[in-house]
Amino acid sequence: MASFLLRRTLQLVLVVWGGATLLFLIFFVVSGNPAEIIASGGGARNPDPQVVANLEKQYGLDKSRPEQYRDYIARLARGDLGTSYRTREPVVDIVKRRAPTSLRVAFWALIIETFVGIGSGMISARKRNSIGDWVTTIAAVVLSAIPVFVLAFLIKQVTGVMAYQHGWPQWARFPTIGLGDDEWFFGIIPNGGTWKYVVQPAFVLAAVSTAVLARITRTSMLETMRLDHVRTARAKGLAEKQVMRRHVLRNAMIPVVTVIGIDFGTAVGVAVLTETVFNLQGLGSQIVRSAVDRDLPVVLGLTMVVTLVYGITTMVVDLSYAYFNPRVRLGDDV
Amino acid sequence: MTPTTGPGGEPTADGAPDMVAVGGHSPSDAAVTATEAVELELTTQELADLDSSLGDVGPGRSLSADAWRRFKRNRLAMFGLALCLFLIVVAVVGPFLVKDPLNTDGLAKESPTNQHWFGTDTLGRDVLARVVYGIRLSLIIGFIATAVETLIGIVVGAVAGWFRGITDTILMRFVDIMLGVPYLVLALALVSVIGRGVSAVVITLAVTAWLQTARNVRAGFLQVRELEYVEAAKALGVPTRRIIGRHVLPNVFQPIIVLVAVGVGGAILAEAALSFLGVGVQPPDPSLGLMIAQSQSSFSTAPHLLIFPGMAIIITVLGFLLVGDGLRDALDVKDT
Repeated sequence: MASFLLRRTLQLVLVVWGGATLLFLIFFVVSGNPAEIIASGGGARNPDPQVVANLEKQYGLDKSRPEQYRDYIARLARGDLGTSYRTREPVVDIVKRRAPTSLRVAFWALIIETFVGIGSGMISARKRNSIGDWVTTIAAVVLSAIPVFVLAFLIKQVTGVMAYQHGWPQWARFPTIGLGDDEWFFGIIPNGGTWKYVVQPAFVLAAVSTAVLARITRTSMLETMRLDHVRTARAKGLAEKQVMRRHVLRNAMIPVVTVIGIDFGTAVGVAVLTETVFNLQGLGSQIVRSAVDRDLPVVLGLTMVVTLVYGITTMVVDLSYAYFNPRVRLGDDV
Repeated sequence: MTPTTGPGGEPTADGAPDMVAVGGHSPSDAAVTATEAVELELTTQELADLDSSLGDVGPGRSLSADAWRRFKRNRLAMFGLALCLFLIVVAVVGPFLVKDPLNTDGLAKESPTNQHWFGTDTLGRDVLARVVYGIRLSLIIGFIATAVETLIGIVVGAVAGWFRGITDTILMRFVDIMLGVPYLVLALALVSVIGRGVSAVVITLAVTAWLQTARNVRAGFLQVRELEYVEAAKALGVPTRRIIGRHVLPNVFQPIIVLVAVGVGGAILAEAALSFLGVGVQPPDPSLGLMIAQSQSSFSTAPHLLIFPGMAIIITVLGFLLVGDGLRDALDVKDT
């Protein structure tokens, strides 16, 4: 167990370091001089050379590339993500300001995904070729083909815009400006009317992954139900409910847990499109804006944070394998 | 969707020739191909005898014929194939039939009429023409990006899986690192460096999408390179390049085919997303994602500006996903 944690932590450090190096190469070596980008303010004007030189000095860009790289990694190791070229705000502060929104939406999307996805997948597997199975299968396929931004936009138009224009009842109206007031129990449970802000983005973010999860649950359960130990359990006269709960579900959950974990890891950062449509001030929309502005420290810093969250989530998922499948020995090849 | 078992079990593709070889002169070499069986000097008569001695197993089918037979039975997959073929026809023939997608002569934001079947956009351009050209651009980007991505994936996976050791470790750690950075974030980072426009999108998609292919090819290589017939080929002194190309690669091809079909759909979705965010295809090029982004502000007065391009993307992606799923079932591929 301890050796597993140690090895996985080392791996995580390697991945984050590698990601940092990769992005450093992309941004500071391949692309143009960052100081010129800052000085030109995103426009095509020719920046004043003196201004560029000052900026280079200020940001340490006048040093050689290897030196810059060393400084950059050293700062990263101390937890310093640098400051934004645009706003001069420390990137760490941006993360602190924006992470709660991303985490909240991702958390509620995960809840929806888990319950709806596993539930409908189970129904599909138990009653193969029933109407429920067909609906789940078709919904799953269609949802994976709809671009997230189209789905988000349609939902926003119906419950966020039309509902107000046509005077629908209060309960059917959902505001689409950010995540509302900061009224959250334990930082995660919406308080009072705040829940209305989180419903639409969480639903959209969950839609595709729920569809995928339902199909994986179905396949996994069907495969498990064919296994010998399930037949034995039935043969010895165990009630169907018991067979399902103790012998099928537990085994079938292994691939399902992986997917849920990965989905949460990616949802934190990749809510880019959802955040854009619903005007959420999360990490994803900040990454897009900074990438367009070429605000490199922000893109780099936020990507590092997202990569770290993703890595930690994957680690937790692998730990949970041991619970679901004792045959998996953490010391070995996980 | 459902596994199919023909009466009397199904002879696999290489099954029949295998048995020819076993029953023939070379009991130790259990995996010679049909042509090699001929080289083993089996006469036509002997082959026919052996064939009939296989009895109720029936005549051998090639792997592709077998897969196609299973694919045909899958109604969803056939529907997907029909969609794909329809879209390819639209992309090839459509541009000759529709109006000029850049002509701004029409009235702005007109609802569908006899003149403009899908209406006109905010600049008075024909939406049908823009959707047709948009589908064409989507398919071109999807196909080229997937072709490049698959090539990179095969080369990296093959090198890692064949040579193993330190090469494998370095390449696969690199893949892990790339997989650790969320896809869209990596794409955004690349776009902000490469620039925008069609070719930048193709490069970005190809550079970010080969990881899964490489992993699958590597896994396949690690398995296949240990098999006896590869060992036999080595013992016979077949050059490494030929072993990889003729004996190993064809046997790891099935997951690649599935990944290609799914990959085209994924690339089209990703292109639409990048264009929607304003960092992909640039105006005036007709991109479906871009059209959707531009339709947002006028949705309440002109919903057709969202609906038609939106439907086009959904149908395109749906087609390729269904074909991919069908192929996965037909080829019995796991873990892709």
